[in-house]
Amino acid sequence: MSSQAIFSVSGLTKRFAEGEAEVLVLKGIDLSMTAGEMTALLGPSGSGKSTLLTILGTLMRASGGTHEMLGVDLMQASEAQRTEFRSKHLGFIFQFHHLLSDLSALENVMMPAASAAGRETPAMRERAMELLDAVGLPDRRNYRPSAMSGGQRQRVAVARALINNPVLVLADEPTGNLDRQSADQVMDLIRSINQTMATSFLISTHDEHIAAQCARRIELLDGRIVQS
Amino acid sequence: MSPYAVKLAIRHLLSHPGQTALLMAGVALGVSVFIFMSALIGGLATLLTLRTVGSIPHIVLEMPDRDPVTLSPNAHKQVVRQKDLSRRDQIAIWQPVIPIIEQTSGVTAVSPQIRGSAFVERGQTVVPVGVIGVMPGKLSDIADIEAAILDGSSNLPADGILIGSRLARDLGLRVGQVIRLSSDRGRVRSFRIGGIFTLGIAGADRQTVYMNFTTARALYDLSTGISRIEIKVKPAIDAADIAERLRRSTGLKATAWTEDNAQLFEGLDAQARTGTIIKAFSLVTIIVGIASAMLLSIVRRQSEIGIMRAMGASNGLVVSIFVLEGTLIGFIGAIVGAVTAWFALLPLPPVTEVSSGGLPIDPQQGDFLLAITLTTLAATLASILPARRAARIDPVEAIGT
Ligand SMILES: Nc1ncnc2c1ncn2[C@@H]1O[C@H](COP(=O)(O)OP(=O)(O)O)[C@@H](O)[C@H]1O
Ligand SMILES: [Mg+2]
Repeated sequence: MSSQAIFSVSGLTKRFAEGEAEVLVLKGIDLSMTAGEMTALLGPSGSGKSTLLTILGTLMRASGGTHEMLGVDLMQASEAQRTEFRSKHLGFIFQFHHLLSDLSALENVMMPAASAAGRETPAMRERAMELLDAVGLPDRRNYRPSAMSGGQRQRVAVARALINNPVLVLADEPTGNLDRQSADQVMDLIRSINQTMATSFLISTHDEHIAAQCARRIELLDGRIVQS
Repeated sequence: MSPYAVKLAIRHLLSHPGQTALLMAGVALGVSVFIFMSALIGGLATLLTLRTVGSIPHIVLEMPDRDPVTLSPNAHKQVVRQKDLSRRDQIAIWQPVIPIIEQTSGVTAVSPQIRGSAFVERGQTVVPVGVIGVMPGKLSDIADIEAAILDGSSNLPADGILIGSRLARDLGLRVGQVIRLSSDRGRVRSFRIGGIFTLGIAGADRQTVYMNFTTARALYDLSTGISRIEIKVKPAIDAADIAERLRRSTGLKATAWTEDNAQLFEGLDAQARTGTIIKAFSLVTIIVGIASAMLLSIVRRQSEIGIMRAMGASNGLVVSIFVLEGTLIGFIGAIVGAVTAWFALLPLPPVTEVSSGGLPIDPQQGDFLLAITLTTLAATLASILPARRAARIDPVEAIGT
């Protein structure tokens, strides 16, 4: 495991305008992760986990502080640069699978790569099949999301997050919508991918059981890291 | 337009066959209305024109009027040439003009005529009529008299005459009877009624008689000249232009039928405008239909669009997916509508044979290509705004983490 940081933020703040008032949701976050790390982001609901993941994922800009990843200053980068950066280096898993209902499992896995390239290529198809094998769904390639169980869909979403070989996958309560058994399957899967592909994961959860499966844990409370 | 956008657009349409079919059916209906209106308005114009100009000359050539002419306008004295009444209105040298007319493009028939008025006398009754002397073989060039013969034949020997059905009824005349005609030049001759015709035009059926060209000459004291040249052209609607060309090439006064039928012209124009409005409405309906369907679809698929945006899809990709979807719905719907309209209009009788009460629909004037093109364009336009709205969806909000 390399000890070099893949991203680092310091003094990161985020405020939302709430009508007249302003709400400070992140109150100065200092955090970095190294390649291959698997980190749990713990915290009660409303503590700012999703906001932090969204900012780290370049889907939203921070209000203040620094945000750097792979040598790129993401605070200064343009929107187009951030979009390109996102599709190259970052993967996402959400609480709800958000698979495209018109596409098969295989096509859903290819979607992030095909969107960026403007077409589906044989290489993408190959890689997507490998990933579906890796998440244990080789026989569900041509199934539509509606024909799969919740756990299966979330595994397809995991495979989709990996199609562009991201350095870091941001997972926002990836098991929040699953039963215990499916949740454990998804976590086993994430752990094995973390070990075999050396992909870093930052996984938000309010579930100790999930956090216990991660090598490192960070606790967020009211917009501040209380334990790292 | 990336292949991926094409794939996703088609995939979405195929994944919701019911909704897609319904939308396309709506477009097809609009297109059918468009085509039907074009064919009806066009057919109606053709029919009215045919009915109006079928039995009348499209252009009449006569000697120019010799009206009084002011030669030198001056405040103190005025020099005016008087109307010349010493000569008769006749085209004296007409033979050389005929080939010039015949070679003018658009001209389909040329009929030199001798015209005059006369009185038909029968017992104590005297009825004024208009005499038309036509050259052999040219009897039916202007009005199809041969087809309009009710009784007798259309042959015109030197002492033969054809009279209209109303005149025959008014005077109790039948084929084979002899009548006396006195011309306005004071000549009187007896004629044997060879045939009775009916054109369905009251004036003609009551007041027109046809006779041999040579006989008419004698009746009107015209040794070489003729009264007028009547012309048919195709298409009849171009008569004014052709008349203008003939006026320049022959030096004669040329009057097109359109000058005397301004009302019909206005009617046709109003009809065409009504048609345009109905067609515009069918296009607007298509635009509103597609735009609202696209907006609904985008609201429903908000989170899917958000996830695509989050995972690297550009604005352009999202816009092209939705514009393509709308365009495909429009294009395929238009084709379906056009084909349906084609088969629906196919069995209709030609406009010329339409029975009274039937709609004169001319599929030839259905503007099929225009309908397809405009509809596809309208569909594209209709989906641009919704598509841009889709591209503006904020992934974070749409995913709702
Ligand atoms: N777009 C927003 N506008 C205003 N307030 C927001 C917005 N997003 C999140 N918040 C607020 O920020 C706080 C943290 O939210 P979030 O990051 O979703 O927490 P968590 O994911 O830990 O439950 C909450 O109080 C929430 O109401
Ligand atoms: Mg959250």
